[in-house]
Amino acid sequence: MSGLLEGKRLLVTGVITDQSIAFSIAKLAQEYGATVVLTGFGRLSLVERIAKRLPQPVGDVIELDVTNAEHLAGLADRVREQVDGLDGVVHSIGFAPQTAMGGNFLDAPWEDVATAVHVSTYSYKSLAMAALPLMKPGGAIVGLTFDATVAWPVYDWMGVAKAGLESASRYLAKYLGPKGIRSNLVSAGPLRTMAAKSIPGFEAFEESWGDRAPLGWQLTDTEPAAKACLALVSDLFPATTGELVHVDGGYHAVGA
Amino acid sequence: MTTRDEITAGLAEILEEVAGVTPDDVAEGKSFTDDLDVDSLSMVEVVVAAEEKFGVKIPDNEVQNLKTVGDAVSYIQNNS
Repeated sequence: MSGLLEGKRLLVTGVITDQSIAFSIAKLAQEYGATVVLTGFGRLSLVERIAKRLPQPVGDVIELDVTNAEHLAGLADRVREQVDGLDGVVHSIGFAPQTAMGGNFLDAPWEDVATAVHVSTYSYKSLAMAALPLMKPGGAIVGLTFDATVAWPVYDWMGVAKAGLESASRYLAKYLGPKGIRSNLVSAGPLRTMAAKSIPGFEAFEESWGDRAPLGWQLTDTEPAAKACLALVSDLFPATTGELVHVDGGYHAVGA
Repeated sequence: MTTRDEITAGLAEILEEVAGVTPDDVAEGKSFTDDLDVDSLSMVEVVVAAEEKFGVKIPDNEVQNLKTVGDAVSYIQNNS
């Protein structure tokens, strides 16, 4: 298992429970040899407890609300207290108010849509820029999306925010490419995380996935998506940026 | 073996630390959400803390069945 990320320093956002995709990312990153720095949002005490379940101890969880300019401005210094630079940044952050999901597409007010886009889309760029002072050529940013090329049941404005994220990753690839920094996304199938549970009617996503995906799909196994994220931040994809890798059992590739 | 009262007392400590619940309010008949005002994210943390304190694993699909403090006490007693 070891080796892939030996000596790499990774900033991982988005751990909230041990079912979080970000938890798998942090766990596997450590197993592959990386040093992991965690940020947390909201319930830091919970993130701290969950962090204790990682194979290796981590430093203090850094509080990061991606809509908070002070948090973003102070991020690089806080990270520097734990590591002297970053080779990879994992964005595993998204939020939409309930009014913007669950079938409320036509009635969602702009303020709520704006929140979804701020937290789920713009934050990808904000996080990258906040971490940029710590990064060198060869560094990489990776984020998580849910296929935004089509309209899904109940996902609504979160889907629009993810479409924006997919575009933002391409622009980030364009603007950070000259600095030698890559930006890629993993498009995962549905996973029963805390985030998924907060989507009213999430079961609508789940039903057909395993049957239609050529490889099948495990709703509770976050490791395939995590592994893809780590492959993308590793040195194995040195000339890949602005890419979107599907980790969905092959669902996207088949018509029925 | 840990008694029900000991588990309840342990849960009261956790509930105070995680969700600011007054320990005297914690009793077996109390509902986490309706009586003790524990929101869903706090409940997640209560579960994580309880898993550590009592050395049990409380799977997700069990958590939704733990409506009252007594439900949690029973689960912990039967699975630790």
